[in-house]
Amino acid sequence: MNSAPILHLRGASFGYGEIAVVREVDLDVRPGEVIALLGPNGSGKSTLVRGLLGLADHLGGVAEVFGAPLGSNGQHTSIGYVPQRHSLSASVRATVTEVVSTGRLPLRPWWRPGTRSDADHTRSAIEAVGLGDRARAEVAALSGGQQRRVLIARALAGESEVLVMDEPTAGVDRASQEVLATVLARLKAAGTTMLIVTHELTALEGVVSRIVCLDRGVVDFDGDPTAYGEHLAGHPVGGHHHDEDTEHAFASRATVPLAGTAPLDPTPRRRHE
Amino acid sequence: MSEILGLEFMRHALLAALLVGLSAPLVGVFLVQRRMSLIGDGMGHVALAGVAVGLLTGAQPVLAALVAAILAALAIELIRARGTTSADVALAVMFYGGIALGVVVIAKSSASSPANLTAYLFGALLTTTRADVLVVGALAVTVVAATLVLRQRFFAVAGDEEFARASGLAVLRYNLILAVLTAVVVVVAMRIVGLLLISALMILPNATAQLLARSFRATMAYAVGIGVLCSVGGVLISYEAATPSGGTIVLLAVGLFLATSILTAGLARVRRASHARAESHDHEHGPHCGHRAIPHDGHVDYDHDGHRHAAHQGHYDEHGHPEHAAEGHPRR
Repeated sequence: MNSAPILHLRGASFGYGEIAVVREVDLDVRPGEVIALLGPNGSGKSTLVRGLLGLADHLGGVAEVFGAPLGSNGQHTSIGYVPQRHSLSASVRATVTEVVSTGRLPLRPWWRPGTRSDADHTRSAIEAVGLGDRARAEVAALSGGQQRRVLIARALAGESEVLVMDEPTAGVDRASQEVLATVLARLKAAGTTMLIVTHELTALEGVVSRIVCLDRGVVDFDGDPTAYGEHLAGHPVGGHHHDEDTEHAFASRATVPLAGTAPLDPTPRRRHE
Repeated sequence: MSEILGLEFMRHALLAALLVGLSAPLVGVFLVQRRMSLIGDGMGHVALAGVAVGLLTGAQPVLAALVAAILAALAIELIRARGTTSADVALAVMFYGGIALGVVVIAKSSASSPANLTAYLFGALLTTTRADVLVVGALAVTVVAATLVLRQRFFAVAGDEEFARASGLAVLRYNLILAVLTAVVVVVAMRIVGLLLISALMILPNATAQLLARSFRATMAYAVGIGVLCSVGGVLISYEAATPSGGTIVLLAVGLFLATSILTAGLARVRRASHARAESHDHEHGPHCGHRAIPHDGHVDYDHDGHRHAAHQGHYDEHGHPEHAAEGHPRR
């Protein structure tokens, strides 16, 4: 854990225009870490992630990628973005390979056509997410979970240092969630650093190595999964945070004790069904 | 045919049609992808104001229209990029202001007649002069070259603007370039197809191509083929039947689209009836699913408890039993 951080935030604020949505964030992301970024709707986790990607404004504090200020030239290619599925246009036909290969574009000048090496990286990214047999399939014909994996492959193809994922498991059925979790576990084993915005910790059990919790624009928890379990158990019924988040795992954490459930799963599985 | 090629104006018209048929669908596919199919129409409206100014001042109408259309294109993109709620209304003011100005000024100018206006709006064979063909040729070659070089970047930006921006691509720059190329196509097509119909030739060949192709690359190839077929075919029919060229070209494109949709829908029904679906299951087959993979005929079957399952759109097809593979699926 002593290696130099990929991302380094000290007192960083992000927002839109003049308005800071997340404030005073201290966060270091080190190589090989898989961080789950939790928080209720409106807590600012999307803004934080969008800030890292240059899609929201950096309004103050230190934000560095490999020691260089965020957004300096060529910087964004080292952060691979995995958006939610709906950001992909479905108005034209495109194959998995065609979509994934766009992840390589920022790595070469506009006038240079793709090389053999671009094609190789594209192919191995597709194989890494378990879609090797669907490389020539149309993206629109794939299931929601498979489309999510196409977006992961696109970010992988860009050879980023860290993948930033926006709710990769949201709206994906159970069987596909399991495949997705397997893919993420495989990426983790290969040393991929990931920052995952999520509501559903259950689906990522065993993959996540650290949990960061945002509430009302500030970080209110940062630690490993075991500490997170204790953190939740230490909160009385109707605790001050997560109380807006009624849709997923944390809704009933105060009434269902940790005993008898998985360490990352304060809610029994049947509650999801 | 040799009789037609003996006529100078028809040689010009056919050459112009070829260039339009090539360039319009190439740019159009990205407009379809961005869901901006009608934007070429708006640029055509503004280009008419340029034509009018050209007629009034004695400048070449083609060049004046080019300036007007490019200014409109830049304005459209910049207004869109600012994302204000009144963007839609601003575009309407610009488009209708443009065409109204064009109609009034052309009607008042001594150098033109009502037939002249109709030719600009709906296209005509006789109006293509040698100078026009040279200008149009140079513009069309520029459009085709730029689109081919930048096609992957246009595809990435149009397909997922947010990802493109996050990964450091200059999104606004590529959108502006695409808008300018669209404006150039509008002017290239002005003489043959007409300012009110050009949008059809950017969009319809792509709509037809989508029914036939399974990839973006193939869509572009089909669309260009269909575009050339419609524009050159339309000019020939227009000459034989003495019809306005723009309307003839677009009717041909519409006819081709309808025929293709009926044909592909029929084919799909036959195929649906003739293929067997496997029983539905939650399990997803893949390289790591544990079932034996059997690659054949360009796809992969998975041996699922004695059944061969092949992914097909949202479900799995039954491709018979593994031990009968030799009978069911002859190897080449």
